[in-house]
Amino acid sequence: MSNSTEEYLEALYSLRRETEPVSTSALSKRLNIAPASVTEMMHKLAEKGYVKYSPYHGVTLTSKGYRSAEKMTRKHRLLERFLHDVLKIGNDKVHKEACEMEHALSDETARAMCQALESPDSCPDDGQLIPACDLGFSSCEECRKWGQDNPEKISKRKSSVVSMSDLKENQEGLISFIRGDNNVLRRLLDLGLTPDTKIKVCRVSPLKGPVEIACRGSRLALGDEIARNVFVEKVAN
Amino acid sequence: MVSMLSHHAAAPEKKPVSRNGKHLTIALAGNANVGKSVIFNQLTGSHQTIGNWPGKTVESAKGFLDFEGYNITIVDLPGIYSLSTFSIEEIVTRDFIAREKPDVIINVIGAPVLERNLFFTLQLMEMDMPMVVCLNQIDLAESKGIKIDAAGLENRLGIPVVPTVASRGQGIRELVARAIETAKSPENTIATRPVAGEVIKDRPVPEAGRRGRHGRRRRHRRGARFRGGIDTGLTALAGLIDSENLDLDYPSHWVALKLLEGDATITDLVRAKSEKVIAASEVLARQTEEVYKQPRFAAVASERYALANEIAGDVQIQAVSKPTFVERLERLTTQRVFGYVTSVIVIAGLLLWTFTVGNALSTLLSDALSFFQPVDPQISGSFWSILWNGIFGGFVAGVTLVLPFVIPFYLLLAIMEDSGILTRVAFMLDSAMHQMGLHGKAIIPLILGFGCSVPAIAATRIMGTRRERLLASFAVTFAPCTARTIVVLGLVAVYVNIWWALALYVIDLIVMFIAVKVAVKVIPGDTPGLIMEMHSFKLPSLSVVLKQTWARTRSLIFLVFPLYMIGSAAVQTLYVYGILQPVSDFISPLTVSWLGLPGIAGILLIFGFVRKEMILLTMTVLFGANLAAVLTPVQLIVLALVGMLYIPCLSTVGILVKEFGWKSALAISAANLATAILIGGIAAKILPYIV
Repeated sequence: MSNSTEEYLEALYSLRRETEPVSTSALSKRLNIAPASVTEMMHKLAEKGYVKYSPYHGVTLTSKGYRSAEKMTRKHRLLERFLHDVLKIGNDKVHKEACEMEHALSDETARAMCQALESPDSCPDDGQLIPACDLGFSSCEECRKWGQDNPEKISKRKSSVVSMSDLKENQEGLISFIRGDNNVLRRLLDLGLTPDTKIKVCRVSPLKGPVEIACRGSRLALGDEIARNVFVEKVAN
Repeated sequence: MVSMLSHHAAAPEKKPVSRNGKHLTIALAGNANVGKSVIFNQLTGSHQTIGNWPGKTVESAKGFLDFEGYNITIVDLPGIYSLSTFSIEEIVTRDFIAREKPDVIINVIGAPVLERNLFFTLQLMEMDMPMVVCLNQIDLAESKGIKIDAAGLENRLGIPVVPTVASRGQGIRELVARAIETAKSPENTIATRPVAGEVIKDRPVPEAGRRGRHGRRRRHRRGARFRGGIDTGLTALAGLIDSENLDLDYPSHWVALKLLEGDATITDLVRAKSEKVIAASEVLARQTEEVYKQPRFAAVASERYALANEIAGDVQIQAVSKPTFVERLERLTTQRVFGYVTSVIVIAGLLLWTFTVGNALSTLLSDALSFFQPVDPQISGSFWSILWNGIFGGFVAGVTLVLPFVIPFYLLLAIMEDSGILTRVAFMLDSAMHQMGLHGKAIIPLILGFGCSVPAIAATRIMGTRRERLLASFAVTFAPCTARTIVVLGLVAVYVNIWWALALYVIDLIVMFIAVKVAVKVIPGDTPGLIMEMHSFKLPSLSVVLKQTWARTRSLIFLVFPLYMIGSAAVQTLYVYGILQPVSDFISPLTVSWLGLPGIAGILLIFGFVRKEMILLTMTVLFGANLAAVLTPVQLIVLALVGMLYIPCLSTVGILVKEFGWKSALAISAANLATAILIGGIAAKILPYIV
């Protein structure tokens, strides 16, 4: 995958949060590339199976494209954290630096970086969520404990996961991965959020407030800093 | 095994003398919001003693019940979700069960949330104590279309299950009867009865070991089972613990399970006695993590929940029902517009009610008490009369200025808490509280702080970690309590105007916001997020509301009143003997030069440390009724502002020391003082251009 492909996918990943399909003009504006070149690139990406592109309508990421885009975004935001927290580089510079470095960051190093930074959940410049990794773990504790010797053996997640804070009201999901330290994990497990448990989002409060979920017949309010670190497999309604 | 009729340390020293020597201790355990307190009140009526667990900031409630010739001590354990060691409440519960060994545990579970409650039931069962399940709130469950087969549940769990509606007293008699029956002869309850056809759908026993080991115990209790030979491993580990003779308070199978989970407390306990057991448990833990591909504690929790889910699925029928009126109401109170409207109405209504009812009561009481004696601070006369005036004045202040406001306030607040509406307010205001660095639950102590800081600081116990409690308490020390309100109204609203009085409130809240924000940065640690159960709306229970109100008022009477009386007497005596004057002179660069107040201010502020409203009262005594003749409007405002902020009062410092120790109490007081000097000084410089 070329650097520019990766940049396109990243841009699509972030733009799709606003509207999907993403228009080529929005993409051209974001990347500061002429619309004609963008259209040309979209055809190429569609051929490779990363996106679905219908002229005049816009671009949607395929599941393959989504996974690559999410991975790139994750690397980008992890790098921003690293540059900011460890190397103390200013918030105004981390984005550009990370853009350059992300393409060279191997999966293995990204994982080590995530462990060293103690599973960060947001990037320093604009507080955006760092996506979950694509490794088949249900908690960070497992990642810390296993597979240090032969990382190739770690299985990948079967389907992509989405943060609970990105779910809309009445959407359902199966608990798949809980990020963060063991204290939060234990409390959530005690309340019944064990892997593969079905949850339903009942209420999303405004201003990054808590979400109310239904889980095992009970209702729980989870603050945003908890909810954003609970990743679920979406269940079609 | 616990023998019946034995005397336990749990029983109170002053145990009622029994007519026939039949004592029993029953412990109530269960999740929060399942009606445990209602049951406790039903069982014990007014025969209760409420205190703290020794050395812990966790409330303990004990009550007594005479039932068919038995003298029963009932211990209400804290409402918790698990028996890990995440919180002090969990440690208290588990230590009580293991060390004090109650004759029987009544596990209260909420029928509307059966599965989550069963998770806790399974953990209690692991502790291997005589136990009865009280399936409470079946009316609430039915209104949600949930029907539970209590007999089926009894068979599945292997322990007695009694359905109840505690709020109406339904099933309580049977509950006690079966609890006594279980306590009397644990071997003869359903758990060990020959269970011919009774045991339905026993999960296949995977390995032989478990049954062999359990030959000595009640055989048909069924706890979580594990795959891949872990069960055998657990049994072997329990056997090893037995053979090592570790002399632990806990049953060995439970210890084995806790070691598997990686429970820190139990691991330390065992490590001190046998490294061999620890080594064996580590091997088993690794094996578990291999089998489950999950951290050890997650594997155990998952298996417990799997079983809870299976049992709940078998015994409960959930009819698909339309959302009820109550459910729609619940949704409305967290809706993005109506949610905020509700929150504002709740808080404003609470304050309005407090001041309306409080004012009326306060006038009534002060009229009644002034009938006996004038209670303005006395500053001349004989030593004894000054001392007496101080003591009496302190008492009257408590009765007329604090209680009339605080009791109605706490009453309504308790109603709102028990009904479930306050949970929704905490939900809606979580993001606002986050701006300050606290989370939604802190809204409850903060609102309490509008009454009196002392119970408010006690209420920070709901917050979880010590850091959160400290931060919430720090916020509370800035909350405009009733005594501060008196100062602001008396100095500013009367002699300047009402708008400046309101402005001071706003300034106070802004200062609180900024001070807490700074403290969040200074005190190391993270702010853990909000995790809170949203229990359904229900009609508040009168007994629970009254009990809660009393629990909060109690700290006023036992802590605030004595300090009011002693402090007032002491400070008046010191003043009369001229000891305060040098102190006041010493701080005059601060009070006179920096804050621009008259020389007497030092003395006023010393008086105000005992009771904030003494600032106003002492001034009236010294200068007569028209304070505007003595102080300029700017001085009045600055004095009120400094009075609000400068230091938590004596009683607040008292509760801070009690809850957090001297160091934290001093640090909070110093931070308050520094804030007051800073803000007061700025106000003194700016106000002359505005007022």
